[in-house]
Amino acid sequence: MANNRLLVSMSPHDHGKDNVKKIMYGVVLAMMPAFLVSVYYFGLDAIRVNLIAIAACVFFEWFIQKVFFKGKPTITDGSAIVTGMLLAFNVPTNLPWWILVIGALVAIGIGKMSFGGLGNNPFNPALVGRVFLLISWPVQMTSYPKIQVLNFAITDAETGATPLALVKEGLKNGEPFSQIIESMPTSYTDMLIGQMGGSLGEISALALIIGGLYMLIRKIITWHVPVAVLASIAIFTGILYGINPEAYADPAFHLLTGGVMLGAIFMATDMVTSPMTGKGMLIYGVGIGVITVLIRVWGAYPEGVSFAILIMNAFVPLINKATKPKRFGETIKKQ
Amino acid sequence: MIVLKTFPKGGVHPAENKLSKGKKIEKLNMPETVTIPISQHIGAPAVPVVNKGDIVKIGQLIAKSGGFVSANIHSSVSGKVLKIEPSMDASGYKRMSIIIKVEGEEYEPDIDLSDTLVKECSLNADEIKKRIADKGIVGLGGATFPTHVKLSVPPGKTAEHLVINAVECEPYLTADHQLMMEKPDEILVGCSIMAKAIGVNKVLIGIENNKPDAIKLFKEKAVSFNNIEIYALKVKYPQGGEKQLIKALINREVPSGGLPIDVGCVVQNVGTAFAVYEAVQKNKPLYERVVTVTGKNVKNPVNLLAKVGTPISELIELAGGLPEDTGKIVNGGPMMGKAVNNQQIPVTKGTSGILLFPNKLAKRPKVYNCIRCSRCTHVCPMNLEPHLLKNLSNKALWEELEKERVLDCIECGSCSYTCPAGIPLLDYIRLGKANLNRIIRSRK
Ligand code: SF4
Ligand code: SF4
Repeated sequence: MANNRLLVSMSPHDHGKDNVKKIMYGVVLAMMPAFLVSVYYFGLDAIRVNLIAIAACVFFEWFIQKVFFKGKPTITDGSAIVTGMLLAFNVPTNLPWWILVIGALVAIGIGKMSFGGLGNNPFNPALVGRVFLLISWPVQMTSYPKIQVLNFAITDAETGATPLALVKEGLKNGEPFSQIIESMPTSYTDMLIGQMGGSLGEISALALIIGGLYMLIRKIITWHVPVAVLASIAIFTGILYGINPEAYADPAFHLLTGGVMLGAIFMATDMVTSPMTGKGMLIYGVGIGVITVLIRVWGAYPEGVSFAILIMNAFVPLINKATKPKRFGETIKKQ
Repeated sequence: MIVLKTFPKGGVHPAENKLSKGKKIEKLNMPETVTIPISQHIGAPAVPVVNKGDIVKIGQLIAKSGGFVSANIHSSVSGKVLKIEPSMDASGYKRMSIIIKVEGEEYEPDIDLSDTLVKECSLNADEIKKRIADKGIVGLGGATFPTHVKLSVPPGKTAEHLVINAVECEPYLTADHQLMMEKPDEILVGCSIMAKAIGVNKVLIGIENNKPDAIKLFKEKAVSFNNIEIYALKVKYPQGGEKQLIKALINREVPSGGLPIDVGCVVQNVGTAFAVYEAVQKNKPLYERVVTVTGKNVKNPVNLLAKVGTPISELIELAGGLPEDTGKIVNGGPMMGKAVNNQQIPVTKGTSGILLFPNKLAKRPKVYNCIRCSRCTHVCPMNLEPHLLKNLSNKALWEELEKERVLDCIECGSCSYTCPAGIPLLDYIRLGKANLNRIIRSRK
């Protein structure tokens, strides 16, 4: 009396509660505090940039899947939304819409789909998009609008240099760090809460940390990558600052400005493009931290987080090979 | 607070759902016919020693052990052998079975059916092992490895500990727990008999902390045995895995490809300890066992004492019947049990539970691409990399799989359970293991 309604499948017959979609929407939720801060300081432009980037990313993913993969579109998994938001977080809010759309095309088309879609891309798609834009339109990508509190009027906001660029410029001209900091209108507290110029989502360290804690609790990320990135940046810049406090910026400045928090918490932790063991994540995180400082201090750009993450993305397969988990019972020889 | 012991790496915490917890073990009515497969254990099938038309008694030997690793099989009922023919069992295959029509209730005269506890055992080690072999005892935790073989320490190895698995880490199942609450003395005597058989004087019983009543009861009772220690363990699946249990209790790691005896341990299930007691002290062969019948929509989740060969439909009937929307029937627990497509399959020595899943829970999760989250690696108790094993298996790189130690996989299912992409990792891994084993056999 075989019963055809009965499903026969192999064990296990139970499944945990988490799935890819929940993880992706969890990341979106974790980005909300930083998004709200950006609306607070950049007004409607912040919303505009996010909407365009998300819409473009979702559209390109759907389109490429439909035309080239001919498979079932997977845009509902939420990963394109995450990429779109991360791309938006990484650009100035006054970026022309068409540049943003090109960024989304590069992020999704080259950064993700050309490798086979979700899970197969070696590089963080949003960063691929961002770096492409940075190289192609360096001026537009680095003219940051000045912040205005809750200004929803559509005006052509003035642009101004970020603290990071000011310090880089000043140090290059031989000005002592303490003087540059003093003459800057931005205090460290401002930097912590996000009252400074910069890319859309990177300004508020505090909001980003809140999002990071949420992801930690939800087990979307582990502590390894953010801690390794931040600690290595703090230690490296701390040593330089210790050697000559006038020629180098202090660690707090490095941690609070530019894309360090955004990179350490949201970009470097991308599951797809980061190593798979705790040990590997630590190596990868330290690599990102060190390369970031190298670029910031000695490189041509004031900021180096994006490049550092992309470079370390390339090493992930190697790191994975080198940090395989020790198998149970491996060390003991069979008698 | 004492830090509870557990195995250090990997593991998951599936919802416990012990719906039949605390339900007294009920005796099932005598079925009309029983279908007793001659292969209910790991190893060679037993060889029938009865013929069509023979009259048998309860406890009578009907199939004889067919090799070194094999087990005797006894009739669970009295009556007439109707036929000996292949019949579907839980594996989904037709296997040779002895079908007996029940008539009356007549026992083999040497079985002691009383409830009196017999504590003293005058048999020596070899006699104990012989008795266990005679009575067809196999591991009742699910693996059904013949117990007398496991209790025979191979030459060159020494046993130091007898480890008793009273973990029952599978969700839903409560058969062992209930047996422990009702038969603690018998189980402890069974443990000391097994200790005597392998010549060790240290018995460690591991019980997960979700059974505080059993831990308390056993701690009290164990006082009168000077060689039995009770350990409360932190709840974590798959703590009932032999290697995980040994690691949790005495922090020794069974080498890759090795057996518990390589680190001086013999592991037995708590239900097996009870069966050993009955075999050695009461002369009772293994022809019935405790089975949990449960599920979210089951009216009356129960623990039943069921005779081997009883169709599971009769057990389900006693639990309130098959719920309307049943989508899957599992023989065993949710993590390692086997889905069956048929209510007529018989209870065997290895049946620890019958689990009925409603349609909603029967379906597998939606499958996405692997997002390389590495959760599968983190939960694997053998520290394997399931996502990698899956890829290698998918590409038919069987020999690569060997290097990745795919054969160490204990098929606990933690990886598939956890994967947020819903990938049935263990399906791929099983495929890989099967192909690799074929290659290894052909090398010889
Ligand atoms: S690979 Fe095997 S041992 Fe590891 S979690 Fe999966 S089923 Fe369990
Ligand atoms: S748990 Fe699933 S999604 Fe995550 S790495 Fe393993 S196979 Fe990939």
